[in-house]
Amino acid sequence: MELLRLENLTKTFGGLTAVKDVNFTVNEGSISGLIGPNGAGKTTIFNLITGIYKVTRGAIYFQNVPIHDKEPHVIAGMGITRTFQNIRLFKNLTVYQNVLTACHHNADYGIFDAALRLKKFRRQERELKEFAGRLLELMELSGWKDKVANSLPYGLQRRLEIARALALKPKLLLLDEPAAGMNPDETRQLMNLIRRIRDEFGCTILVIEHHMDLIMGICDNIIVLNFGKKLAEGPPEKIQQDPLVIEAYLGEGGMPGA
Amino acid sequence: MNWFYIEGVLILAGINIIAVLGLSLLTGFTGLFSFGHAGFMAIGAYSAVYFGERMGLPFAVSVVAGGLVAGLVSLFIGRLTLKLKGDYFCIATLGFGEAIRLVLDNVQVFGGARGWPGIPLKVDLVTVTIFNIVGILFLMFLINSRHGRSMIAVREEELAAKVIGIDTYRYKVISLFISAVYAGIAGGLLGYYLTFLQPKLFGLQKSTEYTIMVIFGGIGSISGSVLAAFILTVLPEMLRSFAVWRFVIYGAAVIFIMIARPQGLMGGKEITLKGIAGILGIPGRNRKTARSGEV
Repeated sequence: MELLRLENLTKTFGGLTAVKDVNFTVNEGSISGLIGPNGAGKTTIFNLITGIYKVTRGAIYFQNVPIHDKEPHVIAGMGITRTFQNIRLFKNLTVYQNVLTACHHNADYGIFDAALRLKKFRRQERELKEFAGRLLELMELSGWKDKVANSLPYGLQRRLEIARALALKPKLLLLDEPAAGMNPDETRQLMNLIRRIRDEFGCTILVIEHHMDLIMGICDNIIVLNFGKKLAEGPPEKIQQDPLVIEAYLGEGGMPGA
Repeated sequence: MNWFYIEGVLILAGINIIAVLGLSLLTGFTGLFSFGHAGFMAIGAYSAVYFGERMGLPFAVSVVAGGLVAGLVSLFIGRLTLKLKGDYFCIATLGFGEAIRLVLDNVQVFGGARGWPGIPLKVDLVTVTIFNIVGILFLMFLINSRHGRSMIAVREEELAAKVIGIDTYRYKVISLFISAVYAGIAGGLLGYYLTFLQPKLFGLQKSTEYTIMVIFGGIGSISGSVLAAFILTVLPEMLRSFAVWRFVIYGAAVIFIMIARPQGLMGGKEITLKGIAGILGIPGRNRKTARSGEV
């Protein structure tokens, strides 16, 4: 079943067209990959889906509801969240506080419930804390609970950012180069983690990545971008054979066997 | 030094604590700098005295109502300025504070630049203490709720706060509203303590003073703000014998703290009962059970 649909999505910055007439769909429960050379418009598409950039032309539908004119926090509330290429944690807060802050959508008590410590506040706050604790355990971050986010090793910061995103119980999770700066061993662990997240949290994943092992290893469907346009789409086997993709990555003379 | 004088200093410290608590929420926890809080204080002061003396409302009601008027004005100002980024918001508040002072200078209904004399003295140490306790508790409970955490998220990383579903604009407006209410209440208490109001009281210097207190106490710490407001109110009084040199010493003390402890007195931490027990060597409940567990 279709979860996300991009229709003729276009984004221009002044005279520069960063994304041009891109169409693709993401199916529920799938892991999809978004690849392409640097500057192809991958992160721009993430920024458009999450509402950080305004769409110039075209449309984005999430569960058949148009979301391209909505504010980022509304889109997040509908079940789409993301991580960033350059990690954006709440740096001076602890690991636990990072996750707990993101849990706020699972509670609905008001400011006066909090100020007067009413029953609703106490019950919901207890539930939030339990949930945040469970999430840290699932993501194997419990041991780092009270460490300040900034002091974590790089790989764990990435994992914490994913944990924070999962605190929203998202339907669609966008990962922007989650394996950047990781060694092959860490990348393998990350692949398993992404699969586990899909299975245990039941969320759909769209991932931007340059590590081809990761993309080819976990994706059901791959979308290739080049110069803001969609170049190809299909399962990993098909993409690997596609002459257009090989040309975009290696240049014309790089054709195998040529 | 007689008790009347000491009580007066303590009352002024208490009033400053309320204003600084409010500014602490905005600057320390939400990360927005304001140089116009004396403006909200002025609105609260003049409204409270108007409600109390012209309309005959009871003292406590008129002070709280004065705070709410300041809050309402902040909603209006917030709508106009909170979409501005960082420094621009700060400059807009500076302009707002000065505008309020000049309006009061020129509107004759409230006495204009000559001031509003003859306000009855209705504030004593007990009143201020009650307002302080309520103010501190409200802020503590707010900060330790999902709303407070969302405000801290705005301070820490606004873009990340947005993508985890926090309506950052709304939380900025709420934070400004609450801090304006605190400033307004502090203003009302000041009016009823000084028994005299004058626009000159609420100039840029006052706004700056409060911002200094928040930073002096440490960004993101309630106990730091309280401590700083107290110390920086009492210090110039203790230095009275140095006459004209006292504000030089005051300034030097602020500079010294900023160099020696750039994170402020408390550096984002809080004074807690558990912490005090730890320093005094009294075993807390948790540690007691841990010990008996070992045996």
